[in-house]
Amino acid sequence: MKYYDKLIFELSKPGRCGYTLPENEYGIHLKELPAELKRSKAPELPEVSEVDVVRHYTNLSQMNFGVDTGFYPLGSCTMKYNPKINEEVAAMPGFTGLHPLQPEKTVQGVKAVYEAMDKALAEITGLSHFTFLPCAGAHGELTGLMLIRQYHMARGDEKRTKIIVPDSAHGTNPASAAVCGLEIVEVKSKANGLVDVEDLKPLLGDDIAGIMMTNPNTLGLFEREIGEIAKLVHACGGLLYYDGANMNPMLGMVRPGDMGFDVMHINLHKTFSTPHGGGGPGAGPVGVAEHLVKFLPETVVSGFHGNFGVILRAYAYILMLGRQNLKYAGMFSVLSANYIKESLKDCYKLPIQSVCKHEFVFDGLVNDGSKEGVEGATTLDVAKRLLDFGYHAPTIYFPLLFHQALMIEPTETESKETIDGFIEVMRKIAAEAAEDPSFLKSAPHCAPITRPDETTAARQPILRYHKEI
Amino acid sequence: MGTFSYFPHTEDDIRQMLDRIGVERLEDLYGDVPAGFIHKGDYNLPDAMSEQQVRDFFEGLAAKNTRLKVFAGAGAYDHYTPAVIPYITSRSEFLTAYTPYQAEISQGTLRYIFEYQSMICEMTGMDISNASMYDGPTAAAEAVRMAVACTKKKTRVLLSETLLPNVVKVIETYSRFSGTPLGFIKAENGQTSLESLKAELAAGDVAGIIVPALNRYGIIENFEGFADAVHETKGVVIEYCDPSALAVIKTPGEWGFDIAVGDGQPLGIPLCYGGPYVGFMACREDYVRKMPGRIVGQTTDAEGRRCFVLTLQAREQHIRREKATSNICSNESLMALYVTVYMSLMGPKGLKKVNCLSYGGAHYLHDELLKTGKFEEVFDRPFLKEFVLKPLVPAEKLQQKLLDAGFFGALSTPEGYVSFCVTEKRSKAEIDAIVAVVKEV
Amino acid sequence: MSKVLEGLLYSESHEWVKVDGKIATIGVSDFAQSEMGNITYVDLPEVDDEFEAGEEFGALESVKAASDLYCPVSGKVVEVNAEIDDAPELINEDAYANWIIKVELSDPSELDALLDAEAYKKLIEK
Repeated sequence: MKYYDKLIFELSKPGRCGYTLPENEYGIHLKELPAELKRSKAPELPEVSEVDVVRHYTNLSQMNFGVDTGFYPLGSCTMKYNPKINEEVAAMPGFTGLHPLQPEKTVQGVKAVYEAMDKALAEITGLSHFTFLPCAGAHGELTGLMLIRQYHMARGDEKRTKIIVPDSAHGTNPASAAVCGLEIVEVKSKANGLVDVEDLKPLLGDDIAGIMMTNPNTLGLFEREIGEIAKLVHACGGLLYYDGANMNPMLGMVRPGDMGFDVMHINLHKTFSTPHGGGGPGAGPVGVAEHLVKFLPETVVSGFHGNFGVILRAYAYILMLGRQNLKYAGMFSVLSANYIKESLKDCYKLPIQSVCKHEFVFDGLVNDGSKEGVEGATTLDVAKRLLDFGYHAPTIYFPLLFHQALMIEPTETESKETIDGFIEVMRKIAAEAAEDPSFLKSAPHCAPITRPDETTAARQPILRYHKEI
Repeated sequence: MGTFSYFPHTEDDIRQMLDRIGVERLEDLYGDVPAGFIHKGDYNLPDAMSEQQVRDFFEGLAAKNTRLKVFAGAGAYDHYTPAVIPYITSRSEFLTAYTPYQAEISQGTLRYIFEYQSMICEMTGMDISNASMYDGPTAAAEAVRMAVACTKKKTRVLLSETLLPNVVKVIETYSRFSGTPLGFIKAENGQTSLESLKAELAAGDVAGIIVPALNRYGIIENFEGFADAVHETKGVVIEYCDPSALAVIKTPGEWGFDIAVGDGQPLGIPLCYGGPYVGFMACREDYVRKMPGRIVGQTTDAEGRRCFVLTLQAREQHIRREKATSNICSNESLMALYVTVYMSLMGPKGLKKVNCLSYGGAHYLHDELLKTGKFEEVFDRPFLKEFVLKPLVPAEKLQQKLLDAGFFGALSTPEGYVSFCVTEKRSKAEIDAIVAVVKEV
Repeated sequence: MSKVLEGLLYSESHEWVKVDGKIATIGVSDFAQSEMGNITYVDLPEVDDEFEAGEEFGALESVKAASDLYCPVSGKVVEVNAEIDDAPELINEDAYANWIIKVELSDPSELDALLDAEAYKKLIEK
């Protein structure tokens, strides 16, 4: 990767253009628009040729790291390989050219996609039906919580306004609950990283709308007492929400519906291999158990039919893997995670000794190289040094339960050779830290840029381009 | 188990890995799951297909859809997507990356988002833009929440009756649960009524209002006096706008408004049956801390080189949890790249021309349709590329005739009108052809 | 080791209070600023806002964290420090010289519940 410093605005030269458009055949022109409705000055967009645009964005892309570039063990994000046939399917003109309001009889192929996906996801999750309107995981959470509230309100049970969220939860859980008008009650985790059922019991009452959980949780640990938790929450009249962000290891093995969950979202961009696109578009379809199906039409959370293009890709993935292979996706992701964990736990602190699912969390280095007058290497330093070796960094400083959290999720699409290479580098970095932490502190040394000054970025924000005069 | 092309594990690899872990079988990795929760047997799903079978299967499905010449809008506009856009956006360095958490190896994403933010500011006349949102209607719903957050102690938000129905619906869904009371501003001759607004403001407790620049009838609204009236009572004004149209019509910034939201779809994003699209949100500098979503900022690296990072993150869910400005985390980054490349290619002149062609075509169609004698004019207001007429023939019959001839137009509105839309993609010959079909109804 | 100034009162949520007649000047302790790291923004209330003791009145932001500010005493805000609005780093430089708000006390007896320097030192040593 090489540093490239231009912004598209800086390539602009008045008089250049990057478009071709037909001539106006109508003899009707914009100048007929009333002056008081017209923009006074044209927007200052770049004026560049087509080749300028292509080179500029190609150069930008070369400062970026994707799954196709290399190993991307970003915990909680399930950066699995994105199959190329998915892209080809989503680009078929018979899908991309359809207007969202076209009558049903002209979109029978689309209808078949939604129906088949509904059926497939219901089978995979053990729930009844899905809404495909949510455009992302957080959007799915919000939609699912709306359904839970709707369920209670429809029964005239207005006082259930609290939702229980474990202290290990993704930050989006409490944020989604707040947007949905719910008050958050936190339940603690035990030393073994699992929800403390004894801490949960006194929280349950007639004001509880439900509980949001992810299983395996954000430490990558399966919540073994989920059966008991489901019983307790249902007994107090609440519902169980499953945050599907960590669904990947459950593929083929465990279904949220069977564990007692009533509502869930699935991140199609995680478990079902659709590309993350630098942060979207994703899709977060929400599934519900039978008794909530009637509320699905109430949650109109996006403009048309959700991210159809993403749903198409996920369907292609399901068909490629089919009945025979889908079940191994989960298992292999768990195999890889445990293999890395066992191969590195002598150099990185493993706070909870237990079989993990698709991911696990280290709590910093065993030997960070700190001595009198020398500050030790932190998780941030390890992450930055990894970039030098051509790996994306794991998720860092999450979950908040540990100060030096380093969360690794390898996924099932990485070969043993790739993983062994990563393990070797992680061990090398640990050795470097023990030797001289300062070397890690100045990492990365080989990326297009060195560490950015984030403090100045936040104190004196520059959030848009201004032409230098 | 057989081998599968996305799983690189050989029997030997699996053996060695299990040995390192110290378990016998793959199933043992699920030893912590109570036996009762383990799914027995295979999923009831279709058998695995080869890649060619998958392609054939989807080609078959695609063939079951009817591709039509689109003369409809209502929130999704059939503008042309230049070939450069899919070429750039399918580059795997963009496509297969995640949110740019590691700035050092994400300068590509961060730079184009910074360019996107700058362009959205230019188009809307606002100071600050976020890195994008899910779609236009959700951006509007978030803006309604933001209006309440911007104006301490006020709760109510007023919606213009001329907003697109799907925008209203999403705002209503969000607000029902977040507890934001909504009110409506009446329309008069197809335009949001200043009188009605003033009456509602006098009733008090108005945190903000939301009005459309191009409304559900395609009319370009005149907002003279709106900003002053709302600001007088310390509320904020949100405009729901078509970003393509903003190249030529008065911007929310010029009207003196506070927040601009809308859907970026008209800027080169294919129709794709409604998504993925991209929502945009921009605002005045004063409100930056209340804005939801990610924001990219410029800074320097340790060697003093210009670079870009995610910034002002302390507003966001991963830090603020339940006190965050919103629950949104990732946005529609790749779709923001679509519109950024589009605006780069088009520039100010290209966008003006797109609007000019759409305007010319829409007015030509409007006049030709009236000449058929099968419609009556509804509103006497300026429109850009979309308009409604009152049909004098049964609407269903009209739509069916058009469908039979390969056209999608004459969308029914709840008021009993039909709407048409024309973009630069439609030729005069196509317009003449659709008019010819109408004549036969 | 964080500085604790003698003669000030402290809250358990790490705000300090200096009383002058009916006016309480409020800031955050040196310990609080060092825990936050580089402060990038201070979310300030407006003059005339009223707070109960223990109520949130604003927040400190750093690059990767946010921490709410709790009003140690009840009262009405009479002044906010505009300097820290422009330069939040002043709090990092000297947390005691750079106050955040001044409040007109509505119940001076609440001061009795706050910690003195000695007790606060013990709290942060834990």
